[in-house]
Amino acid sequence: MTKPFMFEKPLGMRDTLPLLYETKQVIRNKMSEEIKQWGYQFIETPALEFYETIGETSAILDAQLFKLLDQQGHTLVLRPEMTTPIARVAASKLLKQQIPTRLAYSENVYRAQQIEGGKPVEFEQIGIECIGNGSISADAEIISLLVSVLKEAGLDGFKISIGHVGFLQELFTGILGNEERAAVLRKFLYEKNYVGYREHIKFLPLSSIDKQRLIQFISLQGGEETIENAMQLLENGRGKETLYELKELYMQLKEFGVEPYISFDLTLVSHMSYYTGTLFEVYAGQVGSLIGNGGRYDSLFQKFDWDTPATGFAIRMDRLTEALGELNAREPIECVLFSQEHRQEALAYARKRRTEGRRVAIQDINAVQNVDAFTATFSDVQFFIGKGGASRDE
Amino acid sequence: MNSFLTIAMPKGRIFEEAVELLRKANFQLPPEFDDSRKLILEVEEENLRFILAKPMDVVTYVEHGVADIGIAGKDVMLEEERDVYELLDLKISACYLAVAGLPDTTLSDVAPRVASKYPNVASGYFREQGEQVEIIKLNGSIELAPLIGLAELIVDIVSTGQTLKENGLVEYARIADVTSRLVANPVSYRIKEQRITEIVERLTPVIESLKR
Repeated sequence: MTKPFMFEKPLGMRDTLPLLYETKQVIRNKMSEEIKQWGYQFIETPALEFYETIGETSAILDAQLFKLLDQQGHTLVLRPEMTTPIARVAASKLLKQQIPTRLAYSENVYRAQQIEGGKPVEFEQIGIECIGNGSISADAEIISLLVSVLKEAGLDGFKISIGHVGFLQELFTGILGNEERAAVLRKFLYEKNYVGYREHIKFLPLSSIDKQRLIQFISLQGGEETIENAMQLLENGRGKETLYELKELYMQLKEFGVEPYISFDLTLVSHMSYYTGTLFEVYAGQVGSLIGNGGRYDSLFQKFDWDTPATGFAIRMDRLTEALGELNAREPIECVLFSQEHRQEALAYARKRRTEGRRVAIQDINAVQNVDAFTATFSDVQFFIGKGGASRDE
Repeated sequence: MNSFLTIAMPKGRIFEEAVELLRKANFQLPPEFDDSRKLILEVEEENLRFILAKPMDVVTYVEHGVADIGIAGKDVMLEEERDVYELLDLKISACYLAVAGLPDTTLSDVAPRVASKYPNVASGYFREQGEQVEIIKLNGSIELAPLIGLAELIVDIVSTGQTLKENGLVEYARIADVTSRLVANPVSYRIKEQRITEIVERLTPVIESLKR
C-alpha cells in the first residue's frame, strides 16, 4: 500500500483551520446579511458542470479550467466562476417567473494552472447578479451595494475603479478604422504592457494627432475629471454616449453617498468580449491583487437563448480576509471533564451552559492522557470527578 | 498625500545603471547604496524603500505586491509572464535574447536539445519555428552546454557577443531585444497612482535625454 501524502496537497489547495474558519464565517455572515437586505436571494449551484455549458461560455481562460469526464464520457468542469452557472439557472427557470431577478451566491470556485504557491486554486467568492435590468440605476445599485458589503465586512480604505468597454472600443475603432487593429491594441492593455502599446503606436500609419490621442488614452484614470479628459480625446462624437453613461452613473453614485470610494479608469479591459459596458475592479492597499470585480455582461444570456442585460460583482473571500488582516479572537470554549460516576451531573451542567449560549465540550477524563495539556486550550474547565459528591474545580 | 513606496531593484549587472538613472532623475539615494550589503534600504526624505533582489525575482516581488514598483529586464518578463504593469522602457542594460551554438550545428533528428536559463522563452520560440526540441534548464554559464555536448543549441542573453566568440559559438537567431523596464503592481498602480505617475514623469525626460 502506498503511504498517504499527509503533508502534501495538490498545488494551490488550502486547508481552513478553526481560527480562520470562524473569522471567515463572521465576515461572510455580515456580508450576506447586507446582500439579503438589498433584496437579493441566495442560491447554490453544483460544483461540476458540463464543459459545453459553463466552460466555453465562461470568461475564464480554457487553460485555467479543471476538466474531467463523467461515466458517459461527457467533459465536465469544476466551475471557474459563478456568473455563468447562475445565468444558466436563471435562463432555464427563474427568468420565466420574474424580471428583473436579483440573485446572490457564496461558493467555492476553481481555477487551475498555477505555476507556484501563494495563490489558491480553490477559493470562495461572494457575489450578486442583477439580471434583466439594463438601466444605469442597476449599475449604480450594485456598485453601492458592493461598497456597503465591503464596509459591513469591516474593510476600509478600498477603492473601486470604473471603466467602460464601449468607450475604449469606440475610441480605438474610431482612430484605427477596424476591429482587428483595435484588438491588437486592446491586447497590449490587457497584458498591462504600456511599453509595447506605445511602441506599437509609433509604427502605425496614423497622423501624429491620432497617435497622441492614443498615447493620452492610457493616462485616463483618476477622479471625476477623467470623464471630461476623455471627452477631449473624442472626435466627431463617437463614444460620447458611453461617457454620458458614466457621468449619469457617477451622479447616481453620489446620491447613494458612495463617491469617496469611486475613481475612474477608462483603460480597464477584460479579456475576450465578456463585459459589454461598465466594468469595475476593487483594490485595497493591503493586498497585491484585486479584492473583487464586476460589470455589465449583456451578451452572456444570448448563449442561453435569452436576450437580457445583466450586471453583477464577485468578491474574493480569501483576499478580503487577507486585507482585513487580523483573525477574530477565538470564541471561548469551555470544557467539562467527568468521571463515569458523575456523568449525569456533568451532562446536566453542560446542557445548562449551552442553553446560556456557551460552547461546551464534554470529555470523559479516563480517555485523556495528559489533562494539563488537554485543558490548556479551553477558556474554562469544570471537573465532575472523584468519589462521593461532585467536586468542581477551575 | 505622499504614501510610502517600495521599489524592487535588481542586484548585479543592471543595478549600477539603474542607480545612475535614478540619480539623474534627482532621486536622493544614500551614498552607501552602491556598496552596501543590506537588502533593504530606506530613503526617508523621498519616502522610498528599496529592496535588493535577484534580477529574476524582481517581478515576483512586484506581482505579489510586497514591492509596489520594480526595475526588471524584459528577458525576465518574457520568461515569467507575471501580472504586472510594464510602465516604462528605461532603455538601460540593452542586450538581446538569441539562439546560439557551435558553427554548422544541425539539430539532431532524434531528440534535439536546447539549453537555456529561459525555458519558457526557448520553448515558445522553437514552437513558433515549428521545431520540436527538448529544453534543458540551466542557471548560468549556458555557453558550456554546446561545448560539452549537453545540448546542440542554447538560448541566452547576448550583450556584446564577446562570451560567445571566446567560446567559439555563433549566433543563429535573434529572438527579442531586451532592456530594463519599470514595472508596477496592479493594485499599487491604482492605490498609489499619483506617486507612481510622478516617478514615471521624473524618469521619462532623463531616458529621452540619454537616448541622444
